[in-house]
Amino acid sequence: MRVDIEQVTVRGIITDITLHASNEVVGIVGPNGSGKSTTLRCVYRALKPDSGAVLIDGVGVHKRQHIARDLAALSQESQVEFDFTVAEVVEMGRLPHERDPARDRRVVAEALDTVDVAHLSGRSFLSLSGGERQRVLIARALAQEPRVLVLDEPTNHLDIRHQLEVLALARSLGVTVLTVLHDLNLAASYCDRLHVLDEGRLVASGTPAEVLVPELIAKVFHVTAHVVRHPTTGVPQLLFDQEVTP
Amino acid sequence: MISKISALVGVLVVSIVAGVALGPVSVPFGVTLDLLWAALSGGTVPADLAGQYHIVWDIRLPRVLLAAVVGAGLSAVGVAIQAMVRNALADPYVLGISSGASVGATAVATMGVLSGLGVYALSVGAFVTGLGATALVYITARTSRGLTPLRLVLTGTALAYGFSAVAMLLVFQAPHGEAARSAMFWLLGSLGGATWTALPIAAAVTVLGIAYLMTRARQLNALAMGDETATTLGVPVNRFRTHLFVVTAGITGVLVAVSGAVGFVGLMLPHLTRMVVGADHRKVLPLAPLAGASFLVWVDVAARMLAAPEELPLGVITAAIGVPCFIFLMRRKSYVFGGR
Repeated sequence: MRVDIEQVTVRGIITDITLHASNEVVGIVGPNGSGKSTTLRCVYRALKPDSGAVLIDGVGVHKRQHIARDLAALSQESQVEFDFTVAEVVEMGRLPHERDPARDRRVVAEALDTVDVAHLSGRSFLSLSGGERQRVLIARALAQEPRVLVLDEPTNHLDIRHQLEVLALARSLGVTVLTVLHDLNLAASYCDRLHVLDEGRLVASGTPAEVLVPELIAKVFHVTAHVVRHPTTGVPQLLFDQEVTP
Repeated sequence: MISKISALVGVLVVSIVAGVALGPVSVPFGVTLDLLWAALSGGTVPADLAGQYHIVWDIRLPRVLLAAVVGAGLSAVGVAIQAMVRNALADPYVLGISSGASVGATAVATMGVLSGLGVYALSVGAFVTGLGATALVYITARTSRGLTPLRLVLTGTALAYGFSAVAMLLVFQAPHGEAARSAMFWLLGSLGGATWTALPIAAAVTVLGIAYLMTRARQLNALAMGDETATTLGVPVNRFRTHLFVVTAGITGVLVAVSGAVGFVGLMLPHLTRMVVGADHRKVLPLAPLAGASFLVWVDVAARMLAAPEELPLGVITAAIGVPCFIFLMRRKSYVFGGR
């Protein structure tokens, strides 16, 4: 499915953001407070932009019927006090779909398996570690069987193995993935294209090799970076100097 | 699940029969069953049991059934409101309805407002000011982005203090002590005025309201996880919260009108139910009202018997039973919203 973010502005936070994603993994990177999460929140409808629009296959997200059947999101919201079991949380992903108990059970079981949390299914969600919770929430998004997946820092709290697994999974789904990532090297490894936000504006777009160049890193993140090639994959990776540029 | 529901239905039926049999004038269980059966099947009652028949059928049964309805309704509303505002301390009265209703009830009791309505004056007065207060909370809490949980709770709490102050002022201004006492008794909850006429409306509103909430159990689960999550799961959060507000206010308004502000049931029963079955509203919503119904039937029995021939206010007994029981369960294990 195609996602078009067209000239989206949220007053005081993001200005005139335009970007597109279609059956690929698109990363959004940028410093803290640059408007990454706000951009995603406009996509998954937690926020209505002051101007501009977000379209899914040409239809505005606020107009589209049953959008939750196509679009799933992993947000940064994390103040749950109700103690659901892991299975109950993942089952919520079936809410947007017509009920079909047999199919629902199968999809939930698959989602639990995919992110390696099937053994936790009877456990209380609140008793889990941060990384386990994050994987359960990803399982819930998968249970929605989305064709667009919006991920706000999906690698948060995850150990390195699960970081790699989750991003590899996102690639393997074959759906449109729009993700905010803090780790630029992960972004370079797993995203087809990257968009860089700085102070609420889009400052660069392109393949990781085009975008992650020392000049841009210095300008946006105020650090000095050296680009090296990954010895086995050949993907550009960044090494940082310890001194921070003003 | 089915076995839990049938067990609770069984407990409720036994509780109702016991509630009818027990009282300052106890009617033996066998006789109670015979009399209830006679009334339901249109049979005849021996002349020497006419007095007991009057107690069982005209006085106790409507009262016991009303206790069950009020207990069920308050428990269901408590479940829904706690999810709606995502706050463990929320109860059916958190949106100002009971303090609002107390203004109308005290005005009726102490100033003779609405006296043209006779025995219904108190109920009507309480209902009108209760819903009026909730409407005021709704209007005050509403923003261009809809109703947010924290604003709802803060607005409800703040306005409730205002309404209570007005009610207290009315009690203090009351020309004679008896009026103040009856107002106070009403504020703490009583089913003493229960009749067959009050029952159908209260039962219908409660049953329909619970049925609505049960059809929305999965949406309530999503809402309990947070507004953003609910939105991404396709729940129209603002519209849904408004519907919940109207439904819970409607049920609570009717229940407060028939029984006063019975405290603690709507706070405690949802938590007790979650401690047993977890937080999933598909389980909590059928079970909490059944448990609440039996609970309030027994509370009312205690209210009738403990200080007979005087009656105690229900709120005093719910607190006396509920507080220690609740603290015991909370201390047993770390409890959040449904931790097991």
